Amino acid sequence: MSGYRPAGLEDSFAAPSADEQAPGSAAPPQLPSLGPVGWLRWAWRQLTSMRVALLLLMLLAVAAVPGTIYPQRAQDVAEVATYIADHPTSGPWLDRLGFFDVYSSVWFSAIYLMLFVSLVGCILPRTRVHLAAVRGRPPRTPRRLTRFPAQAAGSSSDTPEQVARAAAAAMRRGRYGLPFVRAYRVDVHDEGGGTWSAAGERGYLRETGNLVFHLALVGLLVSVAAGQMLHYRGQAIVVQGRGMANSVQAYDTFEKGSAFRPESLEPFTLTLDSFDAVFDPDSLEPRDFTAGVTVTDPDGTRVADTLKVNHPLERNGAKIYLQGNGYAPSVTVRDGTGDVAFAGAVPFLPQDEVYTSRGVVKVPDVAAGQDQIGLVGYLLPTAQEMAPGLWRSADPQPTDPLLVLSVWSGNLGLDTGVPQNVYELDEERMTQALEEDGTALTLYLRPGETVDLPDGLGSVTFDRLDRYVALDLRHDPALTAVLVFSLLAFAGLATSLFAPRRRLWVRAAPAADDAQDHGPGTGSTVVSAAGLARGDDVGLQPELDRVLAETLTPTRGSRTP
Amino acid sequence: MNTGDLSTLLVWAAATAFTLALVAYAVDLARLADNAQRLPQAVPEREPVAVGASVAQASGPRAADSAVAGSSDEVAPGRSPRAEGIARSTTYLGIVLLAAAIVLRGVAAGRWPTANMYEFTLVGVLVATTVLAVVQRRRVIAFLGVVVMGIGVSALVLALESFFVKADAVRPALQNYWLVLHVGVAITATGVFTVAFAAAALQVLRESRETGRSRLARPWARADGVRQAFAGLAVTGPRFRWLEQVPGSRRLEALSFRLNAVAFVLWTLTLIGGAIWAEDAWGRYWNWDPKEVGTFIAWVLYAAYLHARTTRGWTGRRAAYLVFVGYAAVIANFTVVNLVVDGLHSYAF
Repeated sequence: MSGYRPAGLEDSFAAPSADEQAPGSAAPPQLPSLGPVGWLRWAWRQLTSMRVALLLLMLLAVAAVPGTIYPQRAQDVAEVATYIADHPTSGPWLDRLGFFDVYSSVWFSAIYLMLFVSLVGCILPRTRVHLAAVRGRPPRTPRRLTRFPAQAAGSSSDTPEQVARAAAAAMRRGRYGLPFVRAYRVDVHDEGGGTWSAAGERGYLRETGNLVFHLALVGLLVSVAAGQMLHYRGQAIVVQGRGMANSVQAYDTFEKGSAFRPESLEPFTLTLDSFDAVFDPDSLEPRDFTAGVTVTDPDGTRVADTLKVNHPLERNGAKIYLQGNGYAPSVTVRDGTGDVAFAGAVPFLPQDEVYTSRGVVKVPDVAAGQDQIGLVGYLLPTAQEMAPGLWRSADPQPTDPLLVLSVWSGNLGLDTGVPQNVYELDEERMTQALEEDGTALTLYLRPGETVDLPDGLGSVTFDRLDRYVALDLRHDPALTAVLVFSLLAFAGLATSLFAPRRRLWVRAAPAADDAQDHGPGTGSTVVSAAGLARGDDVGLQPELDRVLAETLTPTRGSRTP
Repeated sequence: MNTGDLSTLLVWAAATAFTLALVAYAVDLARLADNAQRLPQAVPEREPVAVGASVAQASGPRAADSAVAGSSDEVAPGRSPRAEGIARSTTYLGIVLLAAAIVLRGVAAGRWPTANMYEFTLVGVLVATTVLAVVQRRRVIAFLGVVVMGIGVSALVLALESFFVKADAVRPALQNYWLVLHVGVAITATGVFTVAFAAAALQVLRESRETGRSRLARPWARADGVRQAFAGLAVTGPRFRWLEQVPGSRRLEALSFRLNAVAFVLWTLTLIGGAIWAEDAWGRYWNWDPKEVGTFIAWVLYAAYLHARTTRGWTGRRAAYLVFVGYAAVIANFTVVNLVVDGLHSYAF
């Protein structure tokens, strides 16, 4: 095989071979004689053809669209559940067809895997051919130079051989005449009959870049997949003054790849010492979040550090991110017998820009025979009464915090075996405490205040307001490989698009009238030149003109001693 | 008046200058069409311009190619030097005004001015018009001017009326030098894609004219009434005679490809830079966030375009259709994804 090219590639560089089939008829119509191997070969040739690659690319673009239209489980499980509930007919079907997990669905994976198989099937043979071409000589000067896009002609009084050698030197020198850099790979050839020619080729880098780009994409896919298998990621909420340990149990949510081993978690602990939030006084937009943390290594060394958005903390390849923050009011709940049934900080989730935060205090451990207590409500960092009984937060900073709670009693349902959301109250087996007029009872608490719960349930105390941070810890050992392959792909792409690939030929033949006596320096020589470039190349004709001009200019040559 | 207000005022001034340029390009285009229409009948003697060549040139793509290779001193018949002069100078003026507006915006906000849709639009228009000025440095291509200025002026006015936000500092997630690189490169790519899109549109029109193909020329079976209503707009008809004055379709294809190649490389850099930033800010390099998916889709479409250019049966016109789809994806990724879809990039407006 003199040269490989995928079926359907339009390339002026690779001259069409004689047995090339007409476009669109890749399968010969002699089906009975094809056989299983023939069919496989046919299928492979189809898969690695340009047209199929193009089709798969377009298909990939189309297949990626639903992921932006429908909510995705990978981003928001709750939103998917809401969508399915809102669309009882289409929802389950979309779910079955994978429209809520588009990027891990069978059809999406099938498309990109086919694309990569097609890519590998195309690139590997091309790499082999290219390696051979890099070692080889530039192609012979074609018989007819007139069919090429760039043309030039001239005449010289030198012999054809001198002209061809001068042309070769001009090509080798290149436009900038850099020392030690050969612009063109050249070959001077005696064509017989006194005719000499010089052939030059440059821009092997273009094909190299193209191959590097495609191979880097394969490397990228492999390293992303490896990262998926080896990674782990945990999310935890840490209240000011408290700490967390880096172990699977310490995380609120934990996800891991199939090849993850728990031993790869380095058992350090992290304590949140301080947290500062800065907001714009007018727009109330956040301006800066800084968490002061202390990390204690397994050997006992303690390191104080700061954690900011955009500035993760690195611990042995694992990165800790500051992903969120909020308020965690410390409350103490006493049951009807006066015993402390609950004491601690309860993280409330911010709902808006002014940190109106929602949360639930679940008190299961009440004295025997009593109802369990659930307190549901909002924390307003800076409370403002808009109308009687209507409160809102005016500022994200805790200048005047207020807890607004409604009271529920009954069975919290924690022992049903069904996992519960800590931020939601399962109201199925609970009853809400009401005022005498039948409206919902609401408790208002400021820090330090204690309020009695209705119906002898006990009392609740708002001890103080703490801040918490939501931390995300992630370890992906393939990260460096992903970055390296991305940058390789980028470099390869830029090279393959911008490095010009050109072939130049200069032929010097003795002039027809004095063909008999073309001794050195006597007769005149007819010089014709042509150029071919891969793709559009505005610089081709000027380049050819330069080479011809330098060939025909006697000053540079070493003719006269 | 503070710096931010001055910046806004300058944007209005730039929009005005670009509107003038748009009008001038349109006049030039109309003049081209007008004179091209008159030319075949009689060559008016009082116009001492080199006419002879142009009519014959339009016959084939090869002849058309050579017609464009000439420089600006070879003034094609029917072009309006005055309109082109006005178009050129107002384009330059608008670029200067817009650049000043963007600098002042950055000063007013105390940061690099690429943090929201308003600023994104301003810088994107600046890039598109600058690329237009570079492409036209030797010869005005009125159609390119009309398309790019049309998009540019609408984008500026839309930005001023709908996307405007007060110049201000940004939230912690955006406080990163990648705001300069990632967003800056994305904007530049969008601007270059815009000019490439205009070139591809012109290429398709010009090619239809060269080959004499028009869907409006042949009868439409049932809806022929509709066709007849629009028959005057047939690309082969006299209204599009100005197309004979624009560069040949192969040259336009080459221009479109060169611009698209530059923009595609920049788009790749946008993806990589975004992934590096996402790794720092969100803790994963790839989230399948709607914006990321949109960028990825546009990337894949332009990759398909680059492949189509070298696939037999897909070169030229069909490849240009992929440019249209790809550009639509770029624009939808900026507008629809920012305004309608909820995602991690949501603060960017």
